[in-house]
Amino acid sequence: MMSSFLFRAMDARAGIFMAILGAAIVLVPAGNLLVPETSPFHVPTYAVTLMGKYLTYALLALAVDLVWGYCGILSLGHAAFFALGGYAMGMYLMRQIGTRGVYGDPILPDFMVFLNWQELPWYWYGFDMFWFAALMVVLVPGLLAFIFGWFAFRSRVTGVYLSIITQALTYALLLAFFRNDMGFGGNNGLTDFKDLLGFDIQADTTRAGLFAASGLALVVCFLICRALTRSKLGKVLVAVRDAESRTRFLGYRVEHYKLFVWTLSAMMAGIAGALYVPQVGIINPGEFAPANSIEVVIWVAIGGRGTLVGAVIGAVLVNFAKTWFTAALPEIWLFALGGLFVFVTLFLPKGIVGTFSQGWTALRQRKISAAYEAGSDEPPTAPPHSPGAPANVTIPKPSAPVSGAAEPQPAE
Amino acid sequence: MSLVRTFILLFGLIAGFSVNIAIAQTDPESLRPLVNELAKGKYAETEKQIGALVATGDPAVAPALEALGAGVLFYRKSDGSVFITEKAGKTYKLTDPLTLEAKGEAGKREVKKIKVNNKLRRVIRAALGSLTLMAPDPEVRKTAAEAVFKARDPDSIEALDIALASETDESVQLIMEQARAAAVLNSDMDEAQKINAIETLSEMGNRDALSLLINVQSSSEGVVRDAATIAVEKIEKSIAAWDSAQNIWYGLSLGSVLLLAAIGLAITFGVMGVINMAHGEMVMIGAYTTFVVQELIRTSAPGLFEYSLFIALPLAFLASGLVGIAIERGVIRWLYGRPLETLLATWGISLILQQAVRSIFGPTNREVGNPDWMSGAFELGQMTITYNRMWIIVFAMLVFAGLMLVLKKTSFGLNTRAVTQNRRMAASMGIRTPWVDALTFGLGSGIAGIAGVALSQIDNVSPNLGQGYIIDSFMVVVFGGVGNLWGTLVGAMTLGVVNKFLEPYAGAVLGKIFVLVFIILFIQKRPRGLFALKGRAVEA
Repeated sequence: MMSSFLFRAMDARAGIFMAILGAAIVLVPAGNLLVPETSPFHVPTYAVTLMGKYLTYALLALAVDLVWGYCGILSLGHAAFFALGGYAMGMYLMRQIGTRGVYGDPILPDFMVFLNWQELPWYWYGFDMFWFAALMVVLVPGLLAFIFGWFAFRSRVTGVYLSIITQALTYALLLAFFRNDMGFGGNNGLTDFKDLLGFDIQADTTRAGLFAASGLALVVCFLICRALTRSKLGKVLVAVRDAESRTRFLGYRVEHYKLFVWTLSAMMAGIAGALYVPQVGIINPGEFAPANSIEVVIWVAIGGRGTLVGAVIGAVLVNFAKTWFTAALPEIWLFALGGLFVFVTLFLPKGIVGTFSQGWTALRQRKISAAYEAGSDEPPTAPPHSPGAPANVTIPKPSAPVSGAAEPQPAE
Repeated sequence: MSLVRTFILLFGLIAGFSVNIAIAQTDPESLRPLVNELAKGKYAETEKQIGALVATGDPAVAPALEALGAGVLFYRKSDGSVFITEKAGKTYKLTDPLTLEAKGEAGKREVKKIKVNNKLRRVIRAALGSLTLMAPDPEVRKTAAEAVFKARDPDSIEALDIALASETDESVQLIMEQARAAAVLNSDMDEAQKINAIETLSEMGNRDALSLLINVQSSSEGVVRDAATIAVEKIEKSIAAWDSAQNIWYGLSLGSVLLLAAIGLAITFGVMGVINMAHGEMVMIGAYTTFVVQELIRTSAPGLFEYSLFIALPLAFLASGLVGIAIERGVIRWLYGRPLETLLATWGISLILQQAVRSIFGPTNREVGNPDWMSGAFELGQMTITYNRMWIIVFAMLVFAGLMLVLKKTSFGLNTRAVTQNRRMAASMGIRTPWVDALTFGLGSGIAGIAGVALSQIDNVSPNLGQGYIIDSFMVVVFGGVGNLWGTLVGAMTLGVVNKFLEPYAGAVLGKIFVLVFIILFIQKRPRGLFALKGRAVEA
C-alpha cells in the first residue's frame, strides 16, 4: 500500500530532482565539515546556512504551490503559517537559553524579565520540551488553517475575496505580534538563541545538521505532495481548481477537499518556519508582513505553478538573485523583483518549468511526426501529458477579453 | 495700540459711550503725574497711588504697574520722573512707562528703585487683574477672566463684580460669571452663594468645571456637597455624550480618509474587476505631486502657497491618471479575466513605482506644508475640531459626489456602466471597450492621486505612503460590496466609526485587529460584501 503510494510519486523528473537534492544534502555538509578550509571545494559555514535558508523557503513555496497550483486557492497569507511555526520553534529555543540570558532568570526569557512579568504565561508551558514544540510547529498553523478554512470554504469564499481575507489574517497577526502584551517579545521578537537539542546553535556541525534536516524535510514534503497530486484526490483538486461548481455538481464535497489540502499546506509552511528560525537566529513580527506572502507567490509563479519542482526552483533562484542583488546593486533589487512579477505574469504564465516541459513536449511531437513522415517503423509513443499544468494558460487577446458573463467581473 | 485707542475714541464718540474715559485714554501725558506720584512717599502712599491709577480704568497704566510689581520701576533723582528700566552693564536702559518709548540710559547713581513689599505686590496683582478685566478689547477681558477662572483667587471677586457691572459683551460676561463662581467656591462665602456658584459651573459642563466640582465635592459638606454631587453627575453625563460625539467625529474623519483611499479602488476593482495592488502608489504619486508643486511655489511664487493644494489637485489627477492609463495599456489589458495574475503583476508595478520614487526623492519623509486655512482648530461644544480633518471630510464627500455624477450623468459614465454590465453587448453597440477600460482605469487612478493630495496634509509623504493604505482600502471595498460606490461609502464610514469606538477600550492596535477579524467573519456571512450586486451566474 505504502509502496504504491510512493511509487506513484516517482517519475523521471521527480527522480532527477530527488537525486540533485539528495546529492546536495550529502555534499554540502561534507564540503563544510570534511574538506579542509584551504581546499577550493570547501563550503564556508555562512554558505551552508544561506543554502539551508533557501531550502526552507523552497519548502514554503512548495506549500503554496500545493494550494495555488493544484487547488486554485491563492493564499496571500502563507507567511503567517510560516511565522507561526517559526515562533513555536523560537519559543523552544528561548526556553533552552535558561540562565545564560542577560538577566539569568532560569524560567523567564529576557524580554519578560525586562517587562516585569512575574511568571510564564500559560501558552509558554511545555515549550521546554522538544517533542512538544515540534508538535506545536505543525499543530498551531494547522489548527489556525483548519478553523480559517472551515469557515471560509463552507461559506464558499473564493478567488480574490479569499486572497484578500488571507491577507487580512496575516496583517492582523502582524499587528498582534507587534504588541508587547502578547508575550512573544513584541517588536524585537525572539532571538539570542543558544542551543538546540543540546547542540550549540552556532557550531558548524549544527549548521550542517540543520541544512541536512531542511533538505530532508523538503524531500519528504515533496514526496507527499507529489503522491497526493498524482492520486485520485489530486485529480479532484485539479478539478476544483478548473471548475469548482461543476465538481460540486458532480457530487464531490469541494469544501472538504479544499480544507484538507489547505490545512496540510499550512502545516508544511509551519515546518519550513521552524527550520528557518534556528538557521537565521531570529524570529520577529516582520515575518508576518503581507509583502512576504506575496513574494512567496511570485517564487511559485516564476518556477511554474502546479509543477512542485518549479516552486522549489523558483524559490531558490529568486532568493539567490535577491542575495546577490541586495549585496551588489541594492538600488536595483526592487526594480528587478517588480520587473520579474510583470514579466512572468505577462510572458511566462507557466513559469520556467512549465515553459520548459511545454517546449520539450512540442519537440518530441515534432520528432514523432517527422519519424512518421520518414516512414520509420519505430513505434510512436504518445507524449506524456502532465496533469499538473494549469488549464488556463493562453493569453487572451486584448480585443476579446475572457468574460462573457452578464456579470461584473471580479470573477475567477 | 494707538490705533486701537483711536478706534475706540471714534467708536466712543459716535455711539455716545462713556466719553470721559475715552478722552482720558487719548492722552498718556494726562496720566504722567499720577504715575510719577508712585515714586513719592512710603508704602501706604504708594498703595493709595496704585488705587488712583486703577481708578482711571485706563489699561495704559498696566505696564507701569507690572514693572512696579517686578521691581524694575525706577525714578530719576534729578526730576522725579518714573521709568521702566532694564539693566545693561553698568547703566540702566530707560523706557517710558506710558508710551513705552526708549528714553536713553542712566547711570547707577542717577536712578533709584521704587520699593515694594509683599502686601503691595498683592495689591498690584489684584489691580492688574481688574485693569485687564476692564480693558477695552473684549479679547483681553476674556483672557483676563479665563486667567481668574484658573487662579480661583477669592480676592478677585470684587474686581469681577465691578467688571461684571459694566460688561456689555455677553460671551465675556458668561466667562466672568464662571470665573466668579470658581472664585466663590474657593472663598469662605456663605452656602447660598456657593450653591449659586455650583449651578453656574454645572451650566458650563466641561472638564474644567468637572474637576473643580469634584474638588468641591470632596472638600465641603452638607448642602453644598449635595449640590456639587448632583452637578458632577450632570456634567459627567453631558461629557459622556460629547465624548461619543467626538468619537463619531473622529470615526467619520478616519472613515473619510479610508473613503478617499478606497474610492479609486472601488472603481478599478469594483467596476472593472481589476485588482490593482499598485493603487496605493497612485495615492503616493498624488502626494508627491503636491510636494513638487509646493516646492516650485516656494522657489518661484511664495504668494501662491495658500492656493498650492488647488493647483496640486488637477496636476495630481493628471499625473496619477496618466500613470494609471500607462499601466492599463501596458500590462493589465493583457490580463483581463485573470484577476489573480493581475494582482501579481500590479504588485510588481507597485514595487517598481516605490523604488522609482525612492531613487528620485530619497527614502526619507518629505515636508508638505499646510496652508493657513488647513491648520488650527475650533471648539464646538466640548468637541475640538481641527480644520484639516474637517476639510478632508468635506473633500471626501465632494469627491464622492463628483464621481457619482460622472458615472451616472455623463456619456462616459454610461459607457463605463455598459461595459461593466455586459462587455460583448456594449462592444456590439459600438462602444470602444478598450478605450473605456483605459479611461476608467485612468479615472480610478486619478481619484487616487487626488486622495494623495488630501492625505499629504495628514500623513507622512514617503515612498511607503501607499503601502499603509492598500490593505485598508481593500478591506473597505470588500466590506462595502464590490461594484457599488454607495457600499464603499457606507463601508468606509462604518469601519472608521467602529475603529474609533473600539480604540478607547481596546487600544489602537487591538482595535484594528478586531476590525480585521470582524471583516474576515463578515465575509463568511456575506461573501459579496454589504451591498452585493445581484446576478444569476454560478461562476461569479
